[in-house]
Amino acid sequence: MVWKRKIAYINLTTRKIATKLIPKKIRQLYLGGRGIDMYLLYNHVKPEVDPLSPENVLFVGTGLLCGIPALGSGRCDIAAKSPVTSAVGDSNIGGFFAPELRLAGFDHLVISGKAEKPIYLWINDGNIEIRDAGHLCGKDTFETQDMIRDDSEDEEVKSLVIGVAGENLVRFANVRTGMKNSAGRTGMGCVMGSKNLKAIAAHGTMDIEFSHADGLLDYCKEMNDMIMNTRWARAQSKWGTLIIYSNTNTTGLIRTRNFQLNRFDEGEDLEPENMDRYTIGMSGCYGCSVHCRHRYVLREGPYAPIFAEGPEYTSLGAFGTMVDCKKMETILVANHLVNKYGIDTLETGGLIAWAMELYEKGIIDEKDTAGLKLEWGDEEVLFELIEQIAHRKGFGNLLADGFRAAISKIGKGSDYYAIQIKGMSSLHSDERPTPSLALNIATSTRGADHLRSRPAIDLYGLPQDLLKEIYGTSVSSDYTSYEGKSQMVLWQERLYAVTDSIGLCKFQTVFCAVHAPKWGEFAKLIRLATGMEFTKAQLMEVGERIYTIEKMFNVREGFSRKDDTLPERYFKEPTPIGLPIAKGKKIDKGKFEKMLSEYYALHGWDENGLPRKKTLERLGLDKEPSHMV
Amino acid sequence: MEKILFIDPEKCSGCRTCESVCSLHHEKVCNPTRARINIAKWETAGIYVPMVCQQCEIPICEDVCPMHAIKRDKETGAMLIDYDLCVGCRLCLMFCPFGGINFDSKTGKVLKCDLCGGEPVCVKFCEPEALQYLKATTMNLRKRRAAAEKFSELMKKMFAVV
Repeated sequence: MVWKRKIAYINLTTRKIATKLIPKKIRQLYLGGRGIDMYLLYNHVKPEVDPLSPENVLFVGTGLLCGIPALGSGRCDIAAKSPVTSAVGDSNIGGFFAPELRLAGFDHLVISGKAEKPIYLWINDGNIEIRDAGHLCGKDTFETQDMIRDDSEDEEVKSLVIGVAGENLVRFANVRTGMKNSAGRTGMGCVMGSKNLKAIAAHGTMDIEFSHADGLLDYCKEMNDMIMNTRWARAQSKWGTLIIYSNTNTTGLIRTRNFQLNRFDEGEDLEPENMDRYTIGMSGCYGCSVHCRHRYVLREGPYAPIFAEGPEYTSLGAFGTMVDCKKMETILVANHLVNKYGIDTLETGGLIAWAMELYEKGIIDEKDTAGLKLEWGDEEVLFELIEQIAHRKGFGNLLADGFRAAISKIGKGSDYYAIQIKGMSSLHSDERPTPSLALNIATSTRGADHLRSRPAIDLYGLPQDLLKEIYGTSVSSDYTSYEGKSQMVLWQERLYAVTDSIGLCKFQTVFCAVHAPKWGEFAKLIRLATGMEFTKAQLMEVGERIYTIEKMFNVREGFSRKDDTLPERYFKEPTPIGLPIAKGKKIDKGKFEKMLSEYYALHGWDENGLPRKKTLERLGLDKEPSHMV
Repeated sequence: MEKILFIDPEKCSGCRTCESVCSLHHEKVCNPTRARINIAKWETAGIYVPMVCQQCEIPICEDVCPMHAIKRDKETGAMLIDYDLCVGCRLCLMFCPFGGINFDSKTGKVLKCDLCGGEPVCVKFCEPEALQYLKATTMNLRKRRAAAEKFSELMKKMFAVV
């Protein structure tokens, strides 16, 4: 049962390993997954530590509902202080690792210190071993997983691994599992690299127990039907997240050539149907009925043969629209390369697009790039820069340190062209016509990011009554309006915080589908799986607590209102093209600041974005750090 | 007429829901090592093949069982284990050519698919329909029709009827 589940503390410097049961209290306050990871982050990482020092701590957590046969329950949460932003570092990964970790006897891992030489963790049925990883050094993320399976002579082993980029301390190196899944954002692979931790491998044969097995089985079927009855899920089953492209691009909501245009007029080849040429089938993560992952094959051309999985909508932007590459094949190759080396697709594409614009504007030239001509749309240059970043060579070495360091090295007003917030690259969505989405990326605790609080359904122009029913307050149906949008963002951030903590897939809650499982369904699943009782209001409060402790971490690191903003261009340059609703739009500075103040007030934070004492008391956060685990 | 648990590996998305629901239904826990069905995966090649008892017409498990503990259920056609007779010798596991029999190390019992008494839970949960529970004739005709589609495409071109 839930109270028998364990947390392990692994000190890589002293090689000491201790385990403990996860107390009831912490489950009630933070559930699991991201919630408990965020609590641990606030409690175990001391203020102002260097993210790459042994004092930083890496947390791995399974969601509270991990293992149930519904809604993609295999999500795993990985956290540490971020080497990209120096703020909350947190990234969520699907696939099969989290259930395997739970089957192997652990729900949470706290990994501190630094190993003397490269190692990997081997976790099996309640035991944790530190194993030598000398033979895995320099291996890509696919080879590493295969070699670990060979080591243990067991095909069923699942691992979280880093590629050469993580070993080379590329700031935005990611953590990967399987062919497709990446904990992409905030540089968790870099933290693993800094600890000489090449991989975490698990295989288990222990039971995942539930309070009401029969009721849970029936309700899981109901939940899978609920999500599959949405058009969004059915479209995802066929085209994955690529499906978003057609609509956003036609409207004019996609940043192109870094941030110069908001529609990719020559990008017909990136339409999702064209993926059919390469797809051999779709894949699903653990317990998922949607299966949104393309398995694809490139049989011809200079880079063939490639078998890989992906790409996401994100990569259409990162290696397509933002860098002006017009062919689907370019994206498929680039997607495979970043996955192989283990670097975040968005950060990589964002930095390369920025560098291309700097080159165009003459802020950098061939002397800076070691002879590389950073022309728009040149796929050779794109692939070369990915290689250089992963291996820290040439101009790529400068980009490998991320936006902040690169801006300070290049100078010359280059910061104006960088589409980043808190040091992290934004998605290729252009939020100038959509204030709610702009507020989302500005306030996200982990830097410019759409998965922390994006109210994507704002784009549907839903009837006001329906919006009121969902968000509990009056929200404008017009996505270009500022009215009620602060409440929207706040509601979504709480929902996603809880989704990440119970370990379900965000695409199977209210992300792009309105009639998807949310508070009530989550509460019932929690009751059937664990016996714990929550009301809708209580779950929302848990979400608020999680988001607030993240905010407290950032405040402790010196972040405040000045950091919750947008790149200057959002306020200055109106969108040049698009449908009438999206054309000629920029974010109104005054209205944005008003919306931000509103957002803080709704949270019970002061004008500077710092949580008020009363708010902390209400959420039971006034005595943190408290070290319950 | 008897139905058959029909597997189409080309449709399998590898989500392993069949394993979870199988163990949850039979053992009341999620544990793929205690499931009666498993997906054999070649992850880096993108190949997923669900493997389960085929309920053979000439069941080797029945033949090798020294206790005559494996018998066919007349209604569903499933080969069922009579645990009152089974001594757990695992000969069935050794001789089954498909790995259709699993050994539960927690209880010491051998496990095999019982078609859930005629309503297989795995089929109910398999969204991509890689697992289907069909009449044998339906299955035959569907397979033939799928294969014939190639010819029909060709013939449409040849005759250009429409």
